[in-house]
Amino acid sequence: MPEIRIPQVQLQPELSTPDGQGLAVEAPHEVSAVREFLLSRGNSAIADRGFSWLMLLCALSIFVIVAMIATELVVNSQLSWHKFGLRFFYQAFTDPDTGLKMYWDPVNARFSALPFIYGTLVSSFLALLISVPLAVGLAIFLTEMCPRALRSPLAFLTELLAAIPSVIYGLWAVFVLVPILREHVNPLLIHGLGWTGFFNDNNPTGLGYLSAGVILAIMILPIISSLTREVMTAVPHSQREAVLALGATRWEMIRMGVLRNARIGIVGAIILGLGRALGETMAVAMVIGATPEIHRSLLANGSSMATVIANEYAEAVGDMHLSALTEIGLALFVVTIIVNALAQLLMWVVTRGTPSQTH
Amino acid sequence: MSVETTKFRSRVRTLTDGAVTGLSILATLLVVAPLIAIFTYLIYKGASSLNLAFFTQIPKPVGESGGGMANAILGSGILLGIASVIGVPIGIGGGIYLAEFGRGTKLANAVRFTADVLNGVPSIVMGLAAYALIVNPQKHFSALSGGVALAIMMIPTVCRTTEEMLLMVPHVVREAALGLGVPNWRSVLSITVKTASPGIITGCMLAFARVAGETAPLIFTALGNQFWSVSLNQPIAALPLQIYVYALSPYDDWHRLAWAGSLVLIILIVAAVSLVRFVTSRGVLKGAS
Repeated sequence: MPEIRIPQVQLQPELSTPDGQGLAVEAPHEVSAVREFLLSRGNSAIADRGFSWLMLLCALSIFVIVAMIATELVVNSQLSWHKFGLRFFYQAFTDPDTGLKMYWDPVNARFSALPFIYGTLVSSFLALLISVPLAVGLAIFLTEMCPRALRSPLAFLTELLAAIPSVIYGLWAVFVLVPILREHVNPLLIHGLGWTGFFNDNNPTGLGYLSAGVILAIMILPIISSLTREVMTAVPHSQREAVLALGATRWEMIRMGVLRNARIGIVGAIILGLGRALGETMAVAMVIGATPEIHRSLLANGSSMATVIANEYAEAVGDMHLSALTEIGLALFVVTIIVNALAQLLMWVVTRGTPSQTH
Repeated sequence: MSVETTKFRSRVRTLTDGAVTGLSILATLLVVAPLIAIFTYLIYKGASSLNLAFFTQIPKPVGESGGGMANAILGSGILLGIASVIGVPIGIGGGIYLAEFGRGTKLANAVRFTADVLNGVPSIVMGLAAYALIVNPQKHFSALSGGVALAIMMIPTVCRTTEEMLLMVPHVVREAALGLGVPNWRSVLSITVKTASPGIITGCMLAFARVAGETAPLIFTALGNQFWSVSLNQPIAALPLQIYVYALSPYDDWHRLAWAGSLVLIILIVAAVSLVRFVTSRGVLKGAS
């Protein structure tokens, strides 16, 4: 729909001239009752300007919030930053008693974010590996194949999946998903893929990177799939018709006419899903095992950046511990901002020009 | 190209097409399966543990059976109240700016972009910010800090939905108001915003439902409380926080309470989401044009 822009503010000077005469100056004939009433309400220029400033202030508060979060995090992580510097993100220590490698030592105030970065990356990557094919498949089904009657309920169901709080996902994962993985899936993985080294830890708890990855996959699925759907519907119909007219089958039409045009947007959707997965806290905290270690096996217990903040912040011992946790938070903040900004730009490149639609 | 190869190729193409159709149906089933699993299990477990005591009693000490989450429900209400009082007006104001005053300007685009990015910042980071801002200077955990953390999360959502709803209001309505000589601020508030109000209210409810289930920012701001508390300066219980604590406890009784709490929470959220869907799909706004 072409939008007609009305220069709203320009109307004001004519309505209220400085001498308070208002429109009467320009309309020498008798002033109508409506105008008289409106003029009697006084000069609206001040009210108008004040109102628009107030609204501008509200809009600017979003910048203020981002700046405030950034400064608070930077200020509160100074202690750890000055002590460890960049080494905070890759160093490792040796335990004086056992001689083993360790990364997180609140008692001696020695900290390294490495195991948490590792856990976050591994669980998020697993989640993407599981959810991307499913989400794209779902989006293809919903936009190109699904009977009209089924489309709306299915879209609603996936939307619902996005609205479930993460603590409920965690609860379900602890009592349903983890036992299933522990009893049925993990033995199969150890038996079949144990030789790769990724599945050879017979962890009796069933918690670990894999459980975290699976629950994360379920959680980010609706985001990826609904955004993928959005960019796929933004592809013009003429593209589909052109490919079909050349005698393509439906899959060829989807591959050449739709996916190829929407690929940047789909990448944007995946990155947005990645952003969600990186910052997801509660569900991961409940199933990843919360041990600051690095393991090659996906079945082993680990920890993630958001998890360690959630678990230790309220009971941190000493300023250095708090500062180290805040620095992890700062890293998470910076990374998610970059990831989200990138995804927004990619989505914007694809969907600009098409009217936004509600689902 | 011989006839044979053409036939073979066309068969391969048909088979690929069928395989892809099958795969995407399979993907859809795999997506719907966990959703149905979660809901049935939640309703089964939650409904069997939900009773009147859940809504009227506070948690019993370990070892005693029974008890409820009345204080957590009240606490969640207070936290959400604080969040709404701070977050909703600012969010709506920002939305009005984006849709009415700054349309097409660089500043508005920057605000919109920042709001979308802020939407993706993990909730635990909001908790850290609220901790640094309020808990640290005060030296104790408080309901206020939890409410502020939730408010920060509400603002970008409310702002963006308000903007989208205001953009749906036809221009004719604004022109009519201005044509009658109504001051711009009156036109915005009592014509445009009023026309879009069903949409804006449901947008606020959606943001409300989102933060109602948030746990991460409350862990080290509101902290949780086993007793009744209405003071904004004291730690306060919250439903999602209580669910988290109970889910990780080793007691069956507490697990049951966690399931019941989850059911209450999810009913609240599903109701809000359904309402939003109803409003946006039925086009309540169309009555205005």
